[in-house]
Amino acid sequence: MCGIVGLFLKDKTMEPQLGAMLSDMLITMTDRGPDSAGIAVYSDTAENTSKITVQSDTPDVDFNSLKIDLEKQVKGDVNLRIQSTHAVLELALDQVYSACLALEDLRPNLRIMSIGESLEIYKEVGLPKNVAERFEVKKMSGSHGIGHTRMATESAVTTMGAHPFNTGSDQCLVHNGSLSNHNSLRRKLRRDGVHIRTENDTEVGAAYLTWKMQNGSSLDEALESSLKDLDGFFTFVVGTKDGFGVVRDPIACKPAVMAETEQYVAFGSEYRALVNLPGIDQARVWEPEPATVYFWKH
Amino acid sequence: MQTYDLANGSLRELNATLHAQNKTTNQTSWKIINPRGAHAIACGLDSPIEVAIHGSTGYYSAGMNQHATVNIKGSAGPGVAENMMSGKVVIDGDASQYAGATGHGGLLVIKGNASSRCGISMKGINIVVHGNIGHMSAFMAQSGNMVVCGDAGDALGDSCYEASLFVRGSVKSLGADCEEKEMRPEHLEILRELLVQGECDAKPAEFKRYGSARTLYNFNIDNAY
Repeated sequence: MCGIVGLFLKDKTMEPQLGAMLSDMLITMTDRGPDSAGIAVYSDTAENTSKITVQSDTPDVDFNSLKIDLEKQVKGDVNLRIQSTHAVLELALDQVYSACLALEDLRPNLRIMSIGESLEIYKEVGLPKNVAERFEVKKMSGSHGIGHTRMATESAVTTMGAHPFNTGSDQCLVHNGSLSNHNSLRRKLRRDGVHIRTENDTEVGAAYLTWKMQNGSSLDEALESSLKDLDGFFTFVVGTKDGFGVVRDPIACKPAVMAETEQYVAFGSEYRALVNLPGIDQARVWEPEPATVYFWKH
Repeated sequence: MQTYDLANGSLRELNATLHAQNKTTNQTSWKIINPRGAHAIACGLDSPIEVAIHGSTGYYSAGMNQHATVNIKGSAGPGVAENMMSGKVVIDGDASQYAGATGHGGLLVIKGNASSRCGISMKGINIVVHGNIGHMSAFMAQSGNMVVCGDAGDALGDSCYEASLFVRGSVKSLGADCEEKEMRPEHLEILRELLVQGECDAKPAEFKRYGSARTLYNFNIDNAY
C-alpha cells in the first residue's frame, strides 16, 4: 500500500500553516502505511545559501560540536538547527560540495537526507503521528511539501528505506507501488556511476530520474521516460524548488485524488486525506489520468 | 427520515444499524452526513431502504448491495457498488476505479465520470455512466449492460463474454476480442429503458453497441505458445 499526501500553496498567506495541514493529511494516511513516515518541506532561505539535512541514530554524539568542526573544514559560517534525529546545516551555496565531503570524514555515521536551497527532508521509522510529532511538522512553514506513509514491500523497514528520496538538488520523490525491474535497473545505473545506497525500489526510481536529468532531461521529460523504462506499479509525486508534479503508471491501480482551489493544489492517496483542507467542498476534485504527467509551478 | 452523523458515530455502528433493518422496517429512509471519504459506508445492505450519503466516500461504499437504494451525493472512491445483487446505487459525482465490479444485478448510475476498470467482470448488473469511463472497462464482462454517454478509454471490453456495451462517444481502443456489433431494435429498447432508469436524456440512436467477437470461446491451438 503506502500513502502519499502533497500540498502546493498558491496563496502565500497560507504558508505558515503548511506544516499543520500536511501533518494532518499525513496522519490520516496512517492505515495505508504505519511502518515509517517522512516529509519534504520547501521553504525559502537567504540568497546564495543552501541546506544539507542530515540524520543520525546517535544525534547526541554526532551533532555535538558539528557546527564548529564543519566551519573549520569549509572555512565559512555554518548554521546548525537540530530537530530530533535530524539536523539542518545552512551554509553558503558554493560550500555544499566540500561540506558533503568533509562530513564523510568528520561524522561517518551521518546520513544525508537532502540537499537544496529550499528543501528539507525528515523521515524515520514509526507511526506517522509519532514521526510528525518528533520533527514538529505542525510548526513548519513553507511554499509546498510532500509526505509519505510507508507499508514496506520491496525492502526492509529502515530510515533509509523511508520516503521521500532526494533525487537531485531541491528535488524529491515519493512512491506508492512497487517496481519490478529495480534490480536490473540498479545494476545498469551503478555501471553508469550512479550512487545507490539501499536495496529499495523507490531509491532506484529516484536515482533513475536524477540520472536522466544529469544527462540533459528536464524533470517533465524524465518523468515521461520513466513511463517507458520503469516496470511495475507506481504513483509518483515529485517536488522541485518551485514546483510539484504527479505521474501514475499506465495501469494506474495505485489510487490518487487531487483537489485544486484558488489557494492550493493538493494530492492524496485517498479523498480522506483532503477533507480537512479549507474550502475542500468547493474545490475541483479529480483523479489524475494514467500515464499523464501533471506539473504545477510557482 | 433517520439521520446518522459519521462525525459523531462509528462506521461499524452505522452499518450494523442499516443491516438490522428488515423488509418490514418503518425506518425506510436514511440520511448519512459527514462521510468524509470513509471506507465501506452502507456496505452489505439487505432490505429495501433508501440511504442518501451527503458527501464523498472512500473505498467500497455500497458494496454487495441487495434491495437497497443508495445515493452518494458526492464522489465515490475505488470499488463502489462492487458485487451488487439487486437494488440501485446512484453517484451524483465521479466514481473511482472498478465501480460496479462483478455485479450480478441491480442498477448503478454514475452521473459524472467513472475511472478505470468500470464494470470489470460484471455478471448481470446494469451500469449507466453519464460521463466518460477509463481504460480496461468491462474487462471479462459476462452479462448485463453498460451504457456510457461520454467516451470510453483504452481496451474496452477486453476478453468479454455476453455483456452489451453501449457507448455514445468515442472509444479509444477496443480490447482483445471486443468488436462493434449491430444495433437491433431489441438493443435500442434495452438502451431506451436504461437511459430512463439512469435519468439520462441521451437518445438511443446516438449510441453504438460493442460486444464479444466470440473468438476466444474455444481453444485455438494457433494461440498456444
